Amino acid sequence: MLDTQTLMDICEQVLQRSPAAETQVLVSAGTSGLTRFANSTIHQNVAESNAALSVQAVEGRRVGVARTNNTSLEGLTECVARACAIARHQVENPDFPGLAGPAEYAPVHQDFGGTPTCGPEQRAAAVAQICEVARAAGPAASGAFSTEASSLIVANSHGVRAQHVSAGAGLNVTMTGPTSAGRTTAQALRVEDVSARALAETAARKALDSADPVEVEPGEYTVVLEEDAVADLVDFLGWTGFGAKAVQEQRSFLCGRIGRRICGENVTIYDDGLDPTGFALPFDYEGVPRQRVVLVDRGIARGPVYDRTTAAKEGVPSTGHGLPPPATGGPFPLHLCLAPGDSSLEEMLASTGRGIYVTRFHYTNIVHPIRTELTGMTRDGTFLIEGGRITRGVRNLRFTQSILEALSNVELIGQAAKLVDGTRVPALKVHNFRFSGTTEF
Amino acid sequence: MEDLTKYAVESALAAGASYADARYVRRVVERVQTNNGVVEGLTASESRGLGVRVIAEGAWGFACNSVLTPEGARETAELAVRIAKASATTRERDVALAPVEPAVAGAQTQCRQDPFDVPLEERISLLLDCDRRMAQVAQLAVREGYVSAYRETKHFASSEGADIAQERTETGAMISATAARGETQQRSYPGSHGGQVATRGWELVEELDLPGHAEELAQEATALLDAPHCSEEELDVILDGGQLALQLHESCGHPIELDRVLGTEASYAGMSFLTPEKLGTFRYGSEQVSITADATLEGGLGSFAYDDEGVPAQRTPVVEEGLFCGYLSSRETAAQQQLPGGSSGAMRADGWARLPLIRMTNVNLEPGDWALDEIIKDTKHGLLLRVNTSWSIDDHRLNFQFGTEIGYMIEDGAIVGIVRNPTYTGITPRFWGSCDAVAGAGEWVIWGVPNCGKGEPGQSAHVGHGVSAARFRNVRVGVLREGPPSEE
Repeated sequence: MLDTQTLMDICEQVLQRSPAAETQVLVSAGTSGLTRFANSTIHQNVAESNAALSVQAVEGRRVGVARTNNTSLEGLTECVARACAIARHQVENPDFPGLAGPAEYAPVHQDFGGTPTCGPEQRAAAVAQICEVARAAGPAASGAFSTEASSLIVANSHGVRAQHVSAGAGLNVTMTGPTSAGRTTAQALRVEDVSARALAETAARKALDSADPVEVEPGEYTVVLEEDAVADLVDFLGWTGFGAKAVQEQRSFLCGRIGRRICGENVTIYDDGLDPTGFALPFDYEGVPRQRVVLVDRGIARGPVYDRTTAAKEGVPSTGHGLPPPATGGPFPLHLCLAPGDSSLEEMLASTGRGIYVTRFHYTNIVHPIRTELTGMTRDGTFLIEGGRITRGVRNLRFTQSILEALSNVELIGQAAKLVDGTRVPALKVHNFRFSGTTEF
Repeated sequence: MEDLTKYAVESALAAGASYADARYVRRVVERVQTNNGVVEGLTASESRGLGVRVIAEGAWGFACNSVLTPEGARETAELAVRIAKASATTRERDVALAPVEPAVAGAQTQCRQDPFDVPLEERISLLLDCDRRMAQVAQLAVREGYVSAYRETKHFASSEGADIAQERTETGAMISATAARGETQQRSYPGSHGGQVATRGWELVEELDLPGHAEELAQEATALLDAPHCSEEELDVILDGGQLALQLHESCGHPIELDRVLGTEASYAGMSFLTPEKLGTFRYGSEQVSITADATLEGGLGSFAYDDEGVPAQRTPVVEEGLFCGYLSSRETAAQQQLPGGSSGAMRADGWARLPLIRMTNVNLEPGDWALDEIIKDTKHGLLLRVNTSWSIDDHRLNFQFGTEIGYMIEDGAIVGIVRNPTYTGITPRFWGSCDAVAGAGEWVIWGVPNCGKGEPGQSAHVGHGVSAARFRNVRVGVLREGPPSEE
């Protein structure tokens, strides 16, 4: 992988070569490895190394973007020339506010441990432990163990020089039996903090405990949602409505509701790219320092997040949530958090007379963005709760439910928050959650 | 790059591989995107690199790198072998591959007009013209348009002697109008999620006549704000265009991927209800339903000359008059299941940085002998549903739910109005078993789906679906309940 100094040299060469009035360059480089397994054996095992750059050339309010992964001098020269040529062919964009000026970035101190140097042998050894658990327990193991390390630099002709190094590890384990499955996941900065055996044992227990599932009728239920299920719902809020462009285009559930209650007062959602325990990034892809933004404050809508273009339209500062140019989707929160509460999973179960325990959702999709209505299926560990305890597995259910309505019906919030694909959330107990259909397994 | 791919293969064999293949891929994309009269995005992207796949000690390894030098190729090949040896520590049996005659060949998409040769000003002008037409008709919240040009140049070499060069060109286009008044209603042409994309040149865009549909789109988006909500009931549903293509994609295209069937996607994309004992015996749909997978169709987004194992493109029957009869397969899964014809040539990788997986090619509902007008006239109480907005299916591909942009109400054989927020749901074999009318070849179009996701790390495949309209009886619609009156 190209080191940070080499990447910065590439940026300087691009900026020197560009004749445009303003120029921005993004450079990212990284290596990653992923060991995938199914039927309790490694079946796909991959490694990737790449460096890519994006050049944004600006002439007045005409913007051209060119990208390449050819980091040779010839490649850089061609990329710059292409971006400038595109800018010349462009029409003026009256909304373009110009490139950002230099800034200071909050330091983020992170310990990545052995993640950057974790190799295929180490990942295979971890998977071997998982397969050993599977053979002893019965179900077949499947999943993926990944590690990656990368560098990102944003630089422009106004003096922005932002750089960040990151790394992370992730493991998902699914155990599949003849009539059931169970799953668990973990993400961490340090690969040492991912315990393959423990995850495998949890997934196997879920698969065994949910064997021979019964069918339950669709309807409204009290649900206990594990963190992976909650993250799915919160992510959709981020994609559909927490960005300023969606609000400005009247496509967001926040439209007309900022400052008003949109969910329960026990719910607070924020975006924090400076959290050192997550996949932090102290600046956005325009080189603007990333702010911590409270999107929902005890049930009251606050947000959204801004980039420079959407901020300029309202005369407010960017919150540092710009995406790589041309960013036609607008700004997005990339580090969502739902604030933890004070309940344990045991308390959530014990307080539920009859309900459904959900490990995760599958193939969730938006049905009505303004009402935040989603649909999706349960999967990999769905259980009936009776008399305060999990009694047996149930056949998977389809839900069609408004997320904000669900977040208005939260009875208990978990005390521990888990990192799931970069989003940090606790478990939730929710009443009146609508299941609209069932399937045959 | 031909020499580099061969050198990578040689290096892998020298490092201890028993089989190796290498793919050099260069991908170039140009995209123009407009929003409310502004050219929001005008981008040109290039990505190229080398991916090496090996079998060593009976197991798979894959490595890839954007450093295109002999030293880079050798290091990548050696890393792939190292990875394979790590994989071998958990293997229970050696990988076996069904045979294929190694091809030495070249192929190229034929375009009447290369989309990359169309001046940027002309592409911009086309979209801004559509934008103006939409803006004249209605007060819309959002007016969007995009056109794309895509070219993939690939060189494949294998240790069995395959040496294949391919170049594919794709063109895509879409416009959409979004009206807002407390809620939003969108209409897209020719479809949503990328519109229409095909292995064709700019002639596709000219045939689509985007400006000719802009005003109608704006009018319908606005009209939908005042349309009644699609209420919950069971009735007959007619699907056509991109919506039927997506129905086919989710409920047939994916469950026939043999790797899913055999459990290799269990942790992510899921498995399949079309388990091996069902091959040749299971009634997937009614006798009106015949489905094929065909990578040889001219213009299809899922068309190519050779897959990423060097297997020639072919046509595979999947469902014949309702009976399930075929899978999409690879050399490994064909060997595992002892498929008589060997691999069906469906291994495809997303660029140089991903290993190939079993993916759809063009999965098609074969035409019937109706016309859409006739199906409508024959329908007593139903809905014609067009252009997808929402899609979801369970991880065995049984329970599905879709939403479309618009529903046209049919009463006693005539369209009598529109409904907003239509949704429908079902269980795959029951749904296809209820199909009683399929429109004919004259109305058959191959729809491109450019964003089919699968695999870890994630990959996106470009696939196609040839369909004409079809009717399904007694389908549950209106899953989305009507909400409170919108706040304006």
